[in-house]
Amino acid sequence: MRGLFLSLFLLAAPAIAQETVVLGLSQNRVAISANFDGSEILIFGAIKRETKTPDYAPLEVIVAVTGPPQPLTVRRKERVFGIWANKYSVEFGPSPSFYALATTGPLNEILGSADDERYGIRIRSLIRLDVTPETTLNLPVFRDSIIRIRENNGLYSEREGIVKLSDETLFQTEIALPANLVEGDYSTRVFLTRNRQVIDDFETVIAVRKVGLERWIFNLAHQRPLIYGLLSLSIAIFAGWVASAVFRALRLT
Amino acid sequence: MQIYLPIAEVSVNAFLLLGLGGMVGILSGMFGVGGGFLMTPMLFFIGIPPAVAVATEANIIVASSFSGVLAHLKRKTVDLKMGVVLFVGGLMGAAVGVQVFRILKQMGQVELLVTMSYVVFLGAVGGLMFIESLRAIRRSKQPYAKPPPRKHHSWIHGLPFKMRFRTSGLYISAIPPLIVGAAVGILAAIMGVGGGFIMVPAMIYLLGMPTKVVIGTSLFQIIFVTAFTTLMHATTNYTVDMAMAVLLLLGGVVGAQIGTRIGLKMKAEQLRIFLALLVLAVCGKLALDLLLTPSELFTIGSGGHG
Repeated sequence: MRGLFLSLFLLAAPAIAQETVVLGLSQNRVAISANFDGSEILIFGAIKRETKTPDYAPLEVIVAVTGPPQPLTVRRKERVFGIWANKYSVEFGPSPSFYALATTGPLNEILGSADDERYGIRIRSLIRLDVTPETTLNLPVFRDSIIRIRENNGLYSEREGIVKLSDETLFQTEIALPANLVEGDYSTRVFLTRNRQVIDDFETVIAVRKVGLERWIFNLAHQRPLIYGLLSLSIAIFAGWVASAVFRALRLT
Repeated sequence: MQIYLPIAEVSVNAFLLLGLGGMVGILSGMFGVGGGFLMTPMLFFIGIPPAVAVATEANIIVASSFSGVLAHLKRKTVDLKMGVVLFVGGLMGAAVGVQVFRILKQMGQVELLVTMSYVVFLGAVGGLMFIESLRAIRRSKQPYAKPPPRKHHSWIHGLPFKMRFRTSGLYISAIPPLIVGAAVGILAAIMGVGGGFIMVPAMIYLLGMPTKVVIGTSLFQIIFVTAFTTLMHATTNYTVDMAMAVLLLLGGVVGAQIGTRIGLKMKAEQLRIFLALLVLAVCGKLALDLLLTPSELFTIGSGGHG
């Protein structure tokens, strides 16, 4: 639909040349194994065009990696009888569990707010309220707290100017995935902008999956919880028995 | 060496978990306590989600109490009948506790509940133990002072459903042991502890059981109650992390052996004062968390029905 709209637009305004993204990833699967300690993904690509490079405004590139969305509840502590306890809470709709943005330049200068809203690029436009609650609470403060806490955890990042672009044709950047990743499909989007407007976008998926022992334990715990529980208990009882057996052997000698 | 925990979904250092298991193992070997009341707060401190910490700790306590009860069974210092009555109470308590845990988790108050329970119980037990061992030291310096007479709770003997407990040499109503068991069951589910530190004094002072069978019997009850709690958490909350349990167990098993040897070389009174101070220190740290203005007022929880 968007493509159709875009081509109609292009027919009407032939002055804007068609430029499209060709994207490559160093890996499109991330395996969470027992010793997983984060991962770096190289995102690179080129800009394909039929005509010569337009020169009315510089080309800019925005790369956004978004983790699987999850609904969130944000709680605010308040002093109740001298003790700090959770008092107020606001529920947000599905919000990215991970979010990394990399650009060629300052976001305010390369992306207009209309396109930001339309494509859902900046993290602020991705965290939305499910239903607007009737409350006197300051809702933007709650949303900002999500961003602040997750920036401190390394789960959210906006890094301006780190995408390398040469000759308005080749670009590359690295996105660091931290160790505390959630399993799921990570949407990877690339936007080309000129004059603060998106002229092309491309989306692909990085699959983050637990593998090996991690996979096996997780599946067992969720699909056969009773067997998993019994297995955990057997391990514990076996360990306890071995401990007492070894203890006795050591005391006898 | 970092290791990714499959259920907790966080990456932690494997040696940190081994070391933590070892440290708590040393302490539990030295003092003859389960160590759950120390381990669970420590797991909070290193960033394990509280729900996972509590459920996994219950699994670990099964191991340490099983190892302990084998020794006691050999010495015939377990009152099996009393253990079964306490266990029935414990089952009821644990079932209630897991439900309370689930409801408060939805309300976002589970951390407050767990922390407050810790502050109250650690404060009370640590304080009592400290005063008691100071008195014991003073008494040992005045050899002619008489030990205080034991209280007789006559109201307990007036209750119905009397049962005979041969190993303990008691003929009392089944109601007080059921209540003690239930109280400990609730604690096991909410705090991720065995509850020995509550049950042992209750058995001696409330039920009037002879001291030599108290430890074995409480371990016997703790095995079953924590095993039940583990299964409840595993099937309703999916929060038992097997990988974390194995690492903590390995450290704990080795630590307990070392601890027992250290414990043999120290005087009982010194040991108790030490333990009391340790309990009070953990309690103080948790109390400060509740009372001081936190640096971050907001917390993010997984939402939806919250």
